[in-house]
Amino acid sequence: MTIASSADHPTRRDFLFVATGAAAAVGGLATLWPFVSQMNPDASTIAAGAPIEVDLTPVAEGQDIKVFWRGKPIYISHRTKKQIDEAQKTPLSDLKDPATDESRVKQGHEQWLVVIGICTHLGCIPIAHEGNYDGFFCPCHGSQYDSSGRIRQGPAPANLPVPPYQFVSDSKIQIG
Amino acid sequence: MSGPSDYQPSHPVLKWIERRLPIFGFVHGSFVAYPTPRNLNYWWTFGAILSLMLGVQILTGVILAMHYTPEATMAFHSVEAIVRDVNYGWLLRNMHATGASMFFFAVYVHMLRGLYYGSYKEPREVLWILGVIIYLLMMATGFMGYVLPWGQMSFWGATVITNLFSAFPYIGDSIVTLLWGGYSVGNPTLNRFFSLHYLLPFLIAGVVVLHVWALHVAGQNNPAGVEPKTEKDTVAFTPYATIKDMFGVSCFLLLYAWFIFYMPNYLGDADNYIPANPAQTPPHIVPEWYYLPFYAILRSIPNKLAGVIAMFSAILVLAFLPWLDTSKVRSSKYRPLAKQFFWIFVVVAVLLGYLGAQPPEGIYVIAGRILTVCYFAYFLVVLPLLGKIERTKPLPNSIADDVLAKTGSKAVPMVSTVLALIVAGGLLVGGIDTARAAEADTPPANKWSFAGPFGKFDRGSLQRGLKVYKEVCSNCHALSYIAFRNLGDPGGPGYSTAQVASLASEYKIKDGPNDQGEMFERPGRAADYFPSPFPNEQAARNANGGAAPPDLSLITKARSYERGFPWFIFDLFTQYQEQGPDYVAGILQGFEDNPPADAKVPSGSYYNKYFPGHAIKMPKPLSDGQVTFDDGAPTTVTQYAKDVTTFLMWAAEPHMEERKRLGFQVFFFLIIFAGLMYFTKKKVWADAH
Ligand code: FES
Repeated sequence: MTIASSADHPTRRDFLFVATGAAAAVGGLATLWPFVSQMNPDASTIAAGAPIEVDLTPVAEGQDIKVFWRGKPIYISHRTKKQIDEAQKTPLSDLKDPATDESRVKQGHEQWLVVIGICTHLGCIPIAHEGNYDGFFCPCHGSQYDSSGRIRQGPAPANLPVPPYQFVSDSKIQIG
Repeated sequence: MSGPSDYQPSHPVLKWIERRLPIFGFVHGSFVAYPTPRNLNYWWTFGAILSLMLGVQILTGVILAMHYTPEATMAFHSVEAIVRDVNYGWLLRNMHATGASMFFFAVYVHMLRGLYYGSYKEPREVLWILGVIIYLLMMATGFMGYVLPWGQMSFWGATVITNLFSAFPYIGDSIVTLLWGGYSVGNPTLNRFFSLHYLLPFLIAGVVVLHVWALHVAGQNNPAGVEPKTEKDTVAFTPYATIKDMFGVSCFLLLYAWFIFYMPNYLGDADNYIPANPAQTPPHIVPEWYYLPFYAILRSIPNKLAGVIAMFSAILVLAFLPWLDTSKVRSSKYRPLAKQFFWIFVVVAVLLGYLGAQPPEGIYVIAGRILTVCYFAYFLVVLPLLGKIERTKPLPNSIADDVLAKTGSKAVPMVSTVLALIVAGGLLVGGIDTARAAEADTPPANKWSFAGPFGKFDRGSLQRGLKVYKEVCSNCHALSYIAFRNLGDPGGPGYSTAQVASLASEYKIKDGPNDQGEMFERPGRAADYFPSPFPNEQAARNANGGAAPPDLSLITKARSYERGFPWFIFDLFTQYQEQGPDYVAGILQGFEDNPPADAKVPSGSYYNKYFPGHAIKMPKPLSDGQVTFDDGAPTTVTQYAKDVTTFLMWAAEPHMEERKRLGFQVFFFLIIFAGLMYFTKKKVWADAH
């Protein structure tokens, strides 16, 4: 008898099972979301990552400073005439990750190079004023960057990234 | 019953694995083909519910541990940071905190079911004892978990419970020092409790495996209490028991969600929203509700050591149950006397729980002693004797017979139910009387826009309340958990980013050290927190006649008043949880220039109608016309009190609107899901009857 009754309405029965299974799947997936989302930076971390202002007056030509923004070291180099020239004259064909020097600095402020000091290979911090290109040298696996922070030699695949920043005055920048 | 199964997977890869590790056959034998008695009722679904709760607690606990800091100066703060800043942190914390209560609720149902149907009897003694061990581990875990937020109740609960061990002669004090890792409860205690609180649930999981193993060897008991004899007595675990369990679980989730989304603080204590203070014990220390019966037993014995022994015995006696109950018949269905004593025992346990929450004075002490005697008498006198003298009803021949007979019999109202109702009625009347007596001091209930399941903050009120805080309260009270950025968060006062930035820049924030190693002041930014009016607690105390003005960030959750029986039961259904706001608004309006003649107000204190003891150190803070509003709202003390309380309620729980909104969505889903489960279960079981 039970067999007969279930054979009478196979579709209704199947529909119920599918609907219940689908509801369970949707509920389960929705429940997962908070458990994944909580891993993202929390509100205070995001708020602490707000833009910072850096005063450039103490940085003399040929010197550089390291500041932290969102936990990342940012190199701010006051480039010498020589460094600027080298950076501008390098043909794009010599570059692994071609980019002009103009595209990596702000117009009218060519003496300032602002890059995120994290090697694009595996994340070590390159040392400034070292290596063969008057730029940065990464001690971990020997990547070398030029005075525009572009990758020239070694295993790193890309140039040192330029963080979002702008000049709020001639001697002050806002990073972020 | 389980064991090697002849199940063979058909897929070649699975076959390959199965030959080397017969895991599919094991799972199939234990959770698919495993025969379960066909007459199990819904009380049996609590096993599945408990497994779910253990899983939920471990999962949410592991996640909370990613954000929690087990350090005495930071623990309280880190819990607030979880609730305020972590994505869905409020949800995960509510799931874990109310989950503990749900876990205990389910375990009590599970234990009482075992008690009623004699599930501890031969051959299930080991199964039962493993259950008692799980229960003990749960109690230890729950206690240590309650310590972690490091609020006042955490701290003093830890002090009181660890001091229980000092009752033992000679070695007691050494044990307590060992537990503390210091000369008092402190950072080392917190640190080790965190470690153990993380460890114990995995031990529980291990014992649960043994518990389930023992269950599968002895087979499940059932409401008839007779063992299955033929195949007609059982059905396959999957789909029959699985689907029934899942329906039970989906109903249980509705209850759980009610607490998570609508009553998250109902089962907690307001005092635990005050950071731990080793210099001041809260006036009334109460453990979590699930320990209350044992706490009542502890307090009703006037001797320290005897009290501690009685409390532990009250739990340990459960392990001897299989031998204390001498009856050959398992199920109370066929034991007319045992059934009534069972219900009396339930009432005794509930009443003990009620007494555990009352102050230990007067009638409560005497009642506690009587009930303690009743509690032990049930195990040590009633159960051993009943087996000898009781005339049991005839048992059904088989489970199948029991299922068939069920359709005929009609339930007769039990004497015990009537008895329980009378007792409950008596309590109700008594409770109303005490509530009446207390009424004079109870702050009046207000109509809050944020009350109820769809409550929302009134933006205008929040903004006015912020103004009152800034112009009046902030002169003495900190609001240190609130950052300026919060003022622009959804569900808050609703300021724009630009407004928040300009609001923040009005404040001077101490920062540094700079490159010269000096601290300096700079204008506030959105990420900064409201600065405190005093540099430290001593300064605050010194400037305010010896009483430090409390931080207001959590004040509406940290203050409450006794609702009393039966109101606290009604509150469960009406979702009333605005004691805190009512109290705060009451205090602000409760100052009286001409105190009643019989009131004793020491100098330096002020008379306040709603402050416990009526003598408050805070002078009347608000008077009419003190703060001006742009939006034309009346500039009266009543309005100020209402607005600033609304603002402080938001400050205490910035995600309240989100909680209630998500709660509604979850309920909508769960009701549909439970309905679907119900019909699916009916369809599946249609084949079995
Ligand atoms: S990380 Fe810099 S070279 Fe590998």
